[in-house]
Amino acid sequence: MTQTALHLKGITCTFPGRDGTAYSAVADASLAVAEGEFVSLVGPTGCGKSTLLNVAAGLLAPTAGTVRVFGQPLTGINERAGYLFQTDALLPWRTARENVMVGLELRGEDKHQARQLADDWLARVHLAGHGDKYPHELSGGMRKRVALAQTLVMAPKILLMDEPFSALDVQTRSLMENELLELWSEDRKSVVFVTHDLEEAISLSDRVVVLSAGPGSRPIAEFPIHLARPRDVSEVRLTPQFLDLHKTIWEALKVEVQKAYAKEGI
Amino acid sequence: MSDRRIVLYQVLLLVALFVIWDVLTRTEILPPFFFGEPLVVLQRVWEWFSGGTIYKHLGVTLIETILAFVLGTVAGLVVGLWLALSKTASALLDPYIKAFNSMPRVILAPIFAVWFGLGIWSKVLLGVTLVFFIVFFSVYHGVREVNPVLVANSRMLGASKRQLLRYVYVPSATAWVFSSLHAAVGMAFVGAVIGEYLGSARGVGYLILQAEGVFDINTVFAGVLVLTVCALLLDWIVTIAERRLLRWRPGQVGSQG
Repeated sequence: MTQTALHLKGITCTFPGRDGTAYSAVADASLAVAEGEFVSLVGPTGCGKSTLLNVAAGLLAPTAGTVRVFGQPLTGINERAGYLFQTDALLPWRTARENVMVGLELRGEDKHQARQLADDWLARVHLAGHGDKYPHELSGGMRKRVALAQTLVMAPKILLMDEPFSALDVQTRSLMENELLELWSEDRKSVVFVTHDLEEAISLSDRVVVLSAGPGSRPIAEFPIHLARPRDVSEVRLTPQFLDLHKTIWEALKVEVQKAYAKEGI
Repeated sequence: MSDRRIVLYQVLLLVALFVIWDVLTRTEILPPFFFGEPLVVLQRVWEWFSGGTIYKHLGVTLIETILAFVLGTVAGLVVGLWLALSKTASALLDPYIKAFNSMPRVILAPIFAVWFGLGIWSKVLLGVTLVFFIVFFSVYHGVREVNPVLVANSRMLGASKRQLLRYVYVPSATAWVFSSLHAAVGMAFVGAVIGEYLGSARGVGYLILQAEGVFDINTVFAGVLVLTVCALLLDWIVTIAERRLLRWRPGQVGSQG
């Protein structure tokens, strides 16, 4: 019996809108992620995927609803979770190594040990020897790797990812996806992966959750992905099972995407 | 190589300006009585330094400038961070900051002379009021424009409020501070010299005032020249510190290799 790592229940997030009316990004959204499960959230743009992720991270307090982390109600920052952001979040004034060390330093760990651990992690994300470079001296893919090491060195039980690879070129992207799967398979954290790319979602996940178009979006359908692991993200995309899954999920997703476009009047 | 060439041209331009100045005054197209004679000016500077009479005055002016610069910068940094991070405090103090900043600060010089005497402190404080606002505004805006993702990421990595200040806000503001420090150096000099000019018994501003009293325009120019060179030197020191501390910034010379 696997435990529920993250449980969002009846989450509603309301923001004051531009014209004074309240705007609900997500309304009555619920989501449970089991320990060791890799879940992707897909949905049309502006459907509140990131809002849900920020609630799960404890960065945003929901207007209504509860968050439970391994059974405990969440107050403040979710300390069991690591968060990989869409845009660059490395501290530009710290070298790659110092960036990986920063969480350990904040936790007050011994500097020498933190340094060693940071170097280990840099090696694991194939950046051994780049520790003394500043973020602007690294490529986009390398910066993502540093960010991944920065998050994983803290050994979070839950990993929250907000379209982390969307800014990368196609080749770097599938490389990073494979590396992510490899790292994940080592200790099977619970992952919530937000993306607008359905292929990415299917090739990485155990379960794909489709969100409705905003405002007031919520999960409306979910699909278990029974593709064999270990997977290679570019090879798995050519299998017939993948194509079947893609077709089925796209049927559900298409309706929402069309709704989103209709609302924006495009 | 081309950098060297630029420096060479810069020096040549300076020499050319002195030559033009010399020719214009020598031929009396510009009356030397009002415009001075560059050779006499340079000779005066030489006499000051070889005879040692300048050191006492220059030392006082430099101490005033550096004190004003350091105190004003620290105050601007602290208050800037505080107001940027505390909404209540910034809302409360906003009109006062604006009022103080728009006040012509030179007017304060005689008041400071009355309050703090004719020694260095009245000059230092005048300089501080000038430097403070330059640094304050850049820190204030710098902190307000810190990338929110950096803050969110550091919070996820476990940063407390105090640690956010140390790990995110202060380093982020440093880049903004340095961009303002070049202007601040000049302002610290302005504070010191204006203060001396309006009432003192020492300093380069005092020398200039004395010379002006007897229409010795060459000495006035000599004083201006010495001050300009000193301001350039201080600005250069700021640039060096900037390069060392902001090595992480893209496009910094120090970041190569």
